Order: sequence, then structure tokens, then C-alpha cells
Amino acid sequence: MAHQDDGSGFSRRTFIGSIGVGAAGLLAPLGAGAAAQAAREVAAGATVAVTLQINGQAHRLEVEPRWSLLHVLREVLGLTGTKPGCERGECGACTVLIDGATRNACLTLAVEVEGREIRTIEGVARPDQPSAVAQAFVDEDAFQCGYCTPGQVMAAEGLLARSPHPSPEEIRAGMSGNLCRCGAYPHILKAVERASASRRGGRP
Amino acid sequence: MSGEASAGAGPGAPEPWGETRVVGKPLPRIDAWERVTGAAVFTRDLTLPDMLHAAVLRCPHAHARVRRVDLAVAARRPGVRAVLGPDGPGAAIPWYPDREGKPTSRLLDPDCRYQGEEVAAVAAETLAQAQEALAAVAVEYEVLPAVTDMERALDAGAPAVHARGNRQGERFGYSRGDLEQGLAQADAVVELTTRSACSVHTPMEVHCSVAHWEGHQLTVWDSTQGVFAVRAELAAALGLPLSSVRVVSHFVGGGFGGKLQLSKHTVLAALLARAAGRPVKLALSREETLRCVGNRPPNRLTVRAGARRDGTLTALGLEALGTGGAYPASATSGLLVGDLYRCANVRTAHDNVHVNAGPGRAFRAPGVPPAAFALEQAMDALAEKLGLDPLELRLANLPTGSQTRGLPFTSTGLERCLREGARAFGWREARARARDAGPLRRGVGLAAGMWGYEGDPRATALVTLLADGSATLNTGAVDIGTGTRTVLAQVVAEELGVPLERIAVENADTGTTQFSPPSGGSQTVLVNAPAVRAAALEVRRKLLGIAAGELHAAPGSLRLEGGAVVTAAGRRVLLKDLAGLAERVSLVGVGERAPHPPGKLALPFAAHFAEVEVDVRTGQVRLLRLLAVQDSGRVMNALTFENQVHGGVVMGLGFGLTEERVLDHATGALLSRGWHDYQLPTALDAPASIDWLPVDPHDRECNSVGAKGLGEPAHIPTAAAVANAIHHATGVRPLEAPMTPPRLVALLARARS
Ligand code: FES
Ligand code: FES
Repeated sequence: MAHQDDGSGFSRRTFIGSIGVGAAGLLAPLGAGAAAQAAREVAAGATVAVTLQINGQAHRLEVEPRWSLLHVLREVLGLTGTKPGCERGECGACTVLIDGATRNACLTLAVEVEGREIRTIEGVARPDQPSAVAQAFVDEDAFQCGYCTPGQVMAAEGLLARSPHPSPEEIRAGMSGNLCRCGAYPHILKAVERASASRRGGRP
Repeated sequence: MSGEASAGAGPGAPEPWGETRVVGKPLPRIDAWERVTGAAVFTRDLTLPDMLHAAVLRCPHAHARVRRVDLAVAARRPGVRAVLGPDGPGAAIPWYPDREGKPTSRLLDPDCRYQGEEVAAVAAETLAQAQEALAAVAVEYEVLPAVTDMERALDAGAPAVHARGNRQGERFGYSRGDLEQGLAQADAVVELTTRSACSVHTPMEVHCSVAHWEGHQLTVWDSTQGVFAVRAELAAALGLPLSSVRVVSHFVGGGFGGKLQLSKHTVLAALLARAAGRPVKLALSREETLRCVGNRPPNRLTVRAGARRDGTLTALGLEALGTGGAYPASATSGLLVGDLYRCANVRTAHDNVHVNAGPGRAFRAPGVPPAAFALEQAMDALAEKLGLDPLELRLANLPTGSQTRGLPFTSTGLERCLREGARAFGWREARARARDAGPLRRGVGLAAGMWGYEGDPRATALVTLLADGSATLNTGAVDIGTGTRTVLAQVVAEELGVPLERIAVENADTGTTQFSPPSGGSQTVLVNAPAVRAAALEVRRKLLGIAAGELHAAPGSLRLEGGAVVTAAGRRVLLKDLAGLAERVSLVGVGERAPHPPGKLALPFAAHFAEVEVDVRTGQVRLLRLLAVQDSGRVMNALTFENQVHGGVVMGLGFGLTEERVLDHATGALLSRGWHDYQLPTALDAPASIDWLPVDPHDRECNSVGAKGLGEPAHIPTAAAVANAIHHATGVRPLEAPMTPPRLVALLARARS
């Protein structure tokens, strides 16, 4: 998935200077435009203020520019439904929706997504308001340990948002970025099909 | 089926079930919502007030001696609250016992025998601060020569992993009859050697512990398969009474055998927490899970097999080489060669060597999938040589008991697995199909398997019926994702007629729940469900006694269903309306698992049938369909049973086709350091259909619920069945696992020239 320009006002060079851990080392190379953008210098360890729009709520936060969205969701906001599996873009356990598109929260810097609409599992799957996808995952037993499951649900939400009635092949390809070490794939694929079918007729 | 006289399921066990109402149904799990919505709190998700984060400094060399560690600068780094090096308190805790129980290393040992071994640990306010502090630890290493290739470990002049040499104990084995004589009696003999790579568990949730002291009381939340096993080892390591250590594991993100035992990081978390006076969380990174918390050892297996013209096996021999890595760990298995088929002349010999690599651990049927890969290919080759159908050769040699242990099986579903599987799969038709001429070649193969562990029967459960007619179940069993909570609650629902949604399960907490062995080795259901059933039956007896008095009926004439007592005349009284129950507030039943049936073994069997398509230009293998036939006794929940079969098969595909830990033999460095290089099957690799067929021999002797194990046997034959299908499709024998495109292309090229 391509990294889009974030418009956050921080140059990548600035926070590459403060890399310790996290996503920064995996950034796409600098574009000339991004490099030319005016940058505020940020000292290592210092924080900057951002406002993140998460599940319809604005959160005003002080974050280190090097923090991944995954880190901010879990360690700052306590939204632990988004799971770390590899923290380097290999497993999809941390899948969230940014402006409706699936994205790995471990490869996304919090400062990149200011002003974007961020949706996490907590925003789409609640026992009192089950989404069609979440309900289908429950009914089909589309998980074993459940650790990859929030990420699978978010990947399915993203897939069905861009292609409401995918073919079985599209579903397999669309879900292939999300590893399940328990190997629950057959039930996961069935759940996505079921969710897609239950949405026919315009139901959400 | 009910009412039939039988030997019963062990001394003191209740009559086996006949028809069931709740057990066996495809019911969604009682904790499905927590798992699907991300509300389930895994250890990795846990945050305690005031909690510190820890990180471990690891040896960058495959073999080195730590001369000096200077922690002074690291200790002064911002946020650092505790540091621990090889001279620190607890560093000398003995570790990695050998077969005699003698430790071969220490918690932080100056002798580092693989790349990634623990050298020091730091706890700080944030994980970033802990990691930054590690960078400030000064270590002086004396780098030593290393050996990482097990086939070089016994060479003259090979670097010594341990001072006493690279053998893990003496060669060991098993023998019955006379192998050489058996080979001489055979009309056909085959010999082949397979090699299988090291695979690594990499559960989705990394290994993680949170340690918290309150005075001398230690509580550890641990991502583990066995809270009681970890408590025992942790208490021993820290010199504490069992009563001072509490281990909790509510949700676990997979284990597969890699989380059965105490790991170093758990002890490090406890020591750092004690030093800092604050709770400490230590979560391994994905890369660390690929290095230091176990693996399935690589194997080189040579099988010799001989049979008469009619298919009767006369000889089976196994020469096994494996490596448990740098420290004692078992590496190969003789189970299948010794017990899967009836054979008078059998000899196995096992060599286990040390190399400078991470130590092995139990991994889903330790040693058995590699052995199936070897034995089941040898059986296929033997059938080919004799001009027999591979199915017929196996049917000609069915066992009725364990020949290595001299005990009959309570039930042997292997024949039904093979026959019913062949019918459902359309084996004969598929086998008779002419070989393709084009670049895409299709073929079918089968493989059988069994599992050899009957389980640790020491389990206790507590069932409580509450005044309002709801119930609680208390069990120490960990639910590692196989549906344990749900299946055990179904047993309570079955006996008490309480709806599933009114049963709460409290589990896997040594502070509050009853003893259960670790969830692994395919024992969880067959050990715990009978204990739960016994507890529920005790409550049932008490309840029916109360109801009989109030309803003026004989206890035996009453039924329990839908949260009510129903009389023979059809009168229903809700449990909450029973005055006697309200008065007692609750009814408690304590259930213990009955011992195993004396003089017999209760073991599960399986046969897998695979159809593949091989692109002979690229060596790419596509699994078109797979049928898993499982004799695991009673199906406790059709939905979770199917799911676990899928999981076993998918993991078998990983072992057979993609997963390989890669070490650089020149430097001893681990090259497969993430899932990019260590390749798990994805949704694109799983076949469109994984069919499953349960074979239930209605085993009335194995235990009081009639279930045998599933996790292991659903995984054991998969890779072997795929290998045999590849042979059927292409004519080449893929003797190396994983059967990757480069390996197959090379084999096909060799076959053409
Ligand atoms: S944690 Fe983000 S992709 Fe694995
Ligand atoms: S359900 Fe365990 S990793 Fe997917």
C-alpha cells in the first residue's frame, strides 16, 4: 500500500533524526515535494501536538513524531483492539481504516494521519451494534485464538467498502495481507462471503 | 447406544453419553464477541498502573563468551529503573536441564551458544527508553567458532557447542524382532532419506509476561498454554512456595507448543519488577520469537521398509538425526515407525546433536510430521514397487494396539479413516486418471497418522449452580483458541439443562481455579471435559434430590432442560423457582478426571487425502483440495472441530511447502528474522476447500465423554499426503521439506536429464 502525503507539516528528515524504534525506518524515500515542505524542527524525544479523528471523536494529543499510529492507539489511548503482530508490515494484525481504506497502523506515523478519518475495530464492531462483518465472523467461527481477528475484520470492512460483492478470488486476494497463524482461513473466507451476502439489498 | 453394558470409561467414571443435546452441535463460541471485537485482553494488551517496560540484550554472535558487561551507563539513561546483567541477582538461576535434570546453563550465562541468547535486561518507563538503554550497555565478547549445520556437528574438528561435545546423550532407539531378517524376508524393499527444515511456531501474539509483586506475592500474567506448569517452574526458579506465585492466562494468541513451559523473559520480568518495585511488562519482538522461544527441530530421516508381495510389512527401520539446538531438547520421533503399522521387525536409532542455534521446543506433535513425511513416502514407494495401490498397502497392515508399549487401543479408527476417506475423496477414480502431459500436472496422494500421547489425567473442575438457575464453571484449563471454554460449558449445559448463555466460565488462573495440565499435546478436551462432567453430575444429583422432594417425584423420572426441571407428566418448574435451591444459594460439584483405562491406550488416528497441481515449469504447487478424516472420537462441537482441522491442515501446508528457518552456516546468523522471510501460508495458499470427515468409533472406554485428541492428528499427515500427491503428479519424490519451487524445479530437471 502506498504511503500518501500526509500534510502534517513535519518533514521526514526531522523525525528520521529521532529514530529509535517504530515505523520511521520503513518510510518510503523522500519525494522532492515533501523535502521542500517547510519543517518545524523537533528535538529527539520531544512531542508535538496533533488532533486525531478516531471513530468519530477528536483526540488532542501530544505525540513524538516517531510514534506509529499503532503505538498511539494502544499505548496512549488504550485502544488495544488493534493488535501488534510484527510491527513491520508483514501480518495485518494492526489493520485500521484511514479514510475508508485499509492500512497497517504499525507502518503509519500518528503525525501522518492528522485530519484523516481513522476507524479502528472499536469503532466498527461493538456487541451492542454488530457490523455485518463482525456478526459473520461470530457465526462462522472465523477465528481460533482471535488475536489476528480484529485485523481480519477491518480488512474485510475495507474490502467490502471498495467492492461490496467480491468474487471468492477477490476475497482471497483481499484478505491475503492478513496472516492467521491458527489457520482459520476457510472460515474467514466464508465469513466475508456471508457478510457480503447479508449486505445485499443495501443493508449496511 | 445408551444402556448398553460396557467396560466403562475407567474406574469410577459415569456411563458414557448416548445421544446428546448440546455437546456435538455446531455452536458459536461463548467468547466469540470478545475475540471478534478486540475486547479480549491478551497479555500483550495488558497495562497495569505504574507499569515499566523491559527489553533484553541478546548476544549478536552464534557462539561467544561474555568477558565483561558494563551496565553503569545504561543504568543512568533517562527512564531506566532497573538493570540486570550476568552478575545480578537471579542471573545464576539454573536453566536448560539435560535428561538427568542437570542444568546446562544459567538464566544469564556468560557462555552464549546461539545468536540471540540473553545477556542483560533493562526495565524503563517506556519501551523506547529500555531499548535505548540497551544500546548503551557495553559488552566485551570473546567470539568463538560456531557450528549451525546439524550434519556437520559430529565432524572431526567441528566447533564444540558444549565442553563435553556435540552429542545430546548417547544414540538411543527401539527394536523388536530382527530388522535385517525382516528385510531379507521381503519381496520388495525401499530406502529413502528425507530432510525437513526447522520450523518456528510464531504464534500471532508474541510471548509476553507482565510481572507484579505485592510484598512476597508474585502475580504473572503470561501468554502461556499452561498456567500451572508455569507456576511450578517459576516458583522453583525463584525459590518461592507455590502459594506465593499466581499465574493468569485469560486469552492467548496461539501457542502450538511454544508456550507450554516457562521462558527466560518471564523470570527476567519478575526479577526486574522486584528490583524496581514496580510492575514490569516484557513482550518479545517478532524477531525474538523466531530466535529464542523454541522451534520444530530440523530432521534427516532414513527409512527402510520391506513387504511381501501381498503387502504384509516385514521390516521397518528408521535412522534419525535431529538437533534440539544449543540446549537439551528432543528432536526426532519414533512413534509412527514403531506403532502406525503392524510389523514384526522394527528398529529405530536416534541421534540428537547440539548446534549453535535456538533450542527446540514441543511443536504440534513433536517430531511426528517430519516422521510422517518420511514414513508415508516410503510406504508409497513400497506400494509402487509391489504394484499395489497405496491405500491397499496401508489397509494390509492395520494395528490393533501399540506394539512399542504392548497395549491394545481402546479403539482404532484408522481403517475407517482410510476406507471412508477413500470413498468420500473418490480415491480410486482420481488415482486412475492418466498423468497429464502439459506443464500443469495433477495428482493425488494420501497419508495416515496417529498421535501417541494419552494426556495427563490429573484435572479437577468445579461447577456451581446459582439460585437463579445460572451456572459457573471453574477450570484451570487455558483456551488457546481451540474453543475449550465453549466445549467445557457445553458439557455443563448437557448435564444441567442450563442454556449456554447462562453459563460463565472462569479459567486459567492459578489463584482462583482448579488444577489442569497445559493445553497441548491434544489433551485439553479429553482431560478436562470428563472432570467437568463429573462436577456437573454431582450438581445434578443434588439438584434432582431437591426437585424430587418438592415435586413429589422420583429423581430418576425428572429431566433437566431449558433451565427447568420437567416431570414425567410434563410439568415444568424453572430452577429459580425451586425453594430448596434458593435456600441453599448455590449447589457446588467438584469433579475429578478418572484415571486412564487400565491396560489400554486411547489414541486418535487420521488419514489425509490431497489433490495437487504442479507447474513443472516453475515448481509451484497448488493444493486443489484436501480431505482430512479424523478419528478423534466424539466431536464435541462441530464448528470448532472443523476449524481446528483447518488449522492443522494449513499448518501442515506451511511445514510442507513454505516454512523454513534459515541460518547462515558461515556466520551462524539467523536470516529468516520476520514473516517476510519465514513464510506462513496466507489466504491465497489455503485450498478453496478443506473437507473434513469425522470418524467416531463410539469409544466407550477412552473416557467419560468419548473424545480423543484432535490438534495434533489434524496436522500430522498433511505434508506427507501433499508429497505423495506431488509424486503422483510428476513422478519425482520430493524428499526435502519445505517442497519449495526451487527444490522441485531442481528435482524435475534432474528427472528429465
Ligand atoms: S503489526 Fe502491523 S502488519 Fe504486523
Ligand atoms: S485466529 Fe489465531 S492467528 Fe488467527
